[in-house]
Amino acid sequence: MVMECDAVIVGTGPAGATVAEVLTAAGWSVVMLEKGRNHLLSLEAPFGPLGHVSNDELKMHHRHFLGPDPWLEPRTFRREESDGDRIYTGDVNNLPSTVGGGGMHADGKLPRFRENDFHARSERGPMDDAELVDWPVDYDELEPYYAEAERVVGVAGDANANPFAAWRSGPYPMPPGADMFCAVLTSEAATKHGFHPYRAPSGVNSVEYDGRPACNNCGFCAYFGCPIEAKGDPVAPLRHALRTGLCDIRPESYVTDVLLDGTGRKARGVRYLDVNGDAHDVNARHVILGAGAFETPRLLLRSQIGNPDIVGRFLMYHFQTFALGIFPFRLHAHRGRAVTHLHDDPIVPDDLALAAARDAGLPWFRGGIVEHGGASHPISEAIHLPPGLEHTRLMLASPMRDRMAAFTMQGEDMPQATNRIDLDPHVVDAWGIPAGRVTYSSHRHEVECSKHWAPRLEAVLRDAGATHTFWATSPPLPEHAARRRIPNPSPISRHVMGTARMGSDPTTSVCDPWQRLHDVDNVVIADSSVFPTSTGYGPTLTIVALAIRASRALAGLDPLRSIRPSGPAA
Amino acid sequence: MPVWLTEHEHAVVAAAADRLIPPYEEHPGGAALGVADYIDGLLSAFEVDPPRIWAGGPFSGRAGGESSFDQFIELSALEELAWRTRIEGSKGMVERERNGAIIGWQQQYREGIAELGRDFLDLAPEEQDARLQQHREFKRLLYVHACEGAYAAPEYGGNRGLTGWTAIQFDGDVQPRGYTDEEVAGRA
Repeated sequence: MVMECDAVIVGTGPAGATVAEVLTAAGWSVVMLEKGRNHLLSLEAPFGPLGHVSNDELKMHHRHFLGPDPWLEPRTFRREESDGDRIYTGDVNNLPSTVGGGGMHADGKLPRFRENDFHARSERGPMDDAELVDWPVDYDELEPYYAEAERVVGVAGDANANPFAAWRSGPYPMPPGADMFCAVLTSEAATKHGFHPYRAPSGVNSVEYDGRPACNNCGFCAYFGCPIEAKGDPVAPLRHALRTGLCDIRPESYVTDVLLDGTGRKARGVRYLDVNGDAHDVNARHVILGAGAFETPRLLLRSQIGNPDIVGRFLMYHFQTFALGIFPFRLHAHRGRAVTHLHDDPIVPDDLALAAARDAGLPWFRGGIVEHGGASHPISEAIHLPPGLEHTRLMLASPMRDRMAAFTMQGEDMPQATNRIDLDPHVVDAWGIPAGRVTYSSHRHEVECSKHWAPRLEAVLRDAGATHTFWATSPPLPEHAARRRIPNPSPISRHVMGTARMGSDPTTSVCDPWQRLHDVDNVVIADSSVFPTSTGYGPTLTIVALAIRASRALAGLDPLRSIRPSGPAA
Repeated sequence: MPVWLTEHEHAVVAAAADRLIPPYEEHPGGAALGVADYIDGLLSAFEVDPPRIWAGGPFSGRAGGESSFDQFIELSALEELAWRTRIEGSKGMVERERNGAIIGWQQQYREGIAELGRDFLDLAPEEQDARLQQHREFKRLLYVHACEGAYAAPEYGGNRGLTGWTAIQFDGDVQPRGYTDEEVAGRA
């Protein structure tokens, strides 16, 4: 069977969903192919919720309900080539493989990047052993797309709360939701340390928005999917696209190849396997890849398109530093939207951080956004405790859940050519297709930066009232990794970026500033594969903003413009 | 009546669960929490249709709304392959051994329980601990499943009478009621 459409979109996460909304609004017909199942919304009008997701920790966190099942879709990991073919097979940075993709995983914190994130190389100068570059787009150009992304998804936030925030052309579409007790506590202490916590911009409704209700604070947020549709991403753009009648979403459709025409310079569509394993072709004028920065390069490598020297390389995560504090009283971090406060101070290094960088022999440090959160789910808590009487006593007193506050710093990763995704030479998935393999080692920058910030964040938790504090990182610091065997040595970060970087020079990048492949220009990459650097911010809002920009250009629509408000200089 | 486990095996699992998650003061241990029923329900998941893998949604009825957790969700053919392989093992079937043979939980339980000894139920608690310690891999499997059974939604067979949650001051699933802004922002 052959299908025809204007654009075929691989993946239904934030990237693909955004493109589908823009193109269908412009009158294009699109077919969306999604490897995973549909648990998000009915594909029949009026496209209501299916009611499959629930406040069920076992199903959502431990039994792979949203996929990928690591047995069906194993990924492999090694730190460096000298490790051999792999040191681990299983869950490597898995994001949901389901209609809605990574949007189902997120608890919806949606910060914008800052102006100078787009000029990483020219403003900060080089870093040894890293290919730091400027982005081919800057903040002023992207601002109206950020504003549009916030409007489509529905972001609640306070425009004046973060002194380090980039300029904005207008307010957030909604005010922030309820502040969590533990986040207020740790924010007050952070302020005393000279930091600048603020109420997190979040893609979670604080009031009814776009026909979806306000969040009722159930607390089952990250990796759950929202049972009442209070999270806008990704249900909002998918529903908008479906309502045009021009969008055909096909779940359980595994794209195996991008198909080229006789010239080898144009794609004519894609081939996919349906639920029975039968192959089908979709012919399309344009192919949009939004499978995420892990699966997109895997598909490019299989299809042998995209600059072969660069595809899969410059894999970046966020280097995660966890500062944890145990309090003498309960914090009930299981109520509310998981993280209600953030601070950006490690992104704008102070004199102490700059001195620490110099002491470490590095030109500068760039940490990341710090999330004020806690721990919330008892099965995970229980499994981490020892068995025996201590188990029951600790579960009752709950130092590792109900009395724990956590800072998570999403530290900026340096782009390194040796960090990459390629195809595993032996391990295959349930379709018989080679698994994606990660080769990844942290740069010294991330490690030293983490060592500097972790004790400073611990000190904040002590001042907030924690009686015991400690810290940990993912991936583990090299000295820790050497000391003990870690069951899964891959970074637990789900922020995956950079594996098909964009740029103006076709010899050093995979796609152009409009996210089209240099070598096959009717293929557009819509996901975080295109990020030239990782910044210290969650990637989702920038994925959406870039996807709006790229797909509007594709459809021949005028660029969006915005006006910077006059007033005191930012 | 256990479905996959024998009566004796069920009793051994319950006794072992009480050593891994012991009762403490007025709080129930693994046995009273129904961990053995949870594990039997997992090992016999494919005895019912849809299989007892993923509870339904969106609401349990405990916090308002109609109950739907007890209507389990159908698996796709691939999902069934994955879960049958975990539970039953690969048994030499090609489609289950793409990346190597898998010993299923059913076999791990049958052999693990046997290795704890016919006399396990008659042992003093400290001797039961020592016996579990001699079989560390099986102890680890039991412990993970005991934690799931104790603190998962009761539709999976454990967390009897919600006592797993009430003991630890956890409300469990709260949709569609949720929490008020005051319950979120206020001191506990």
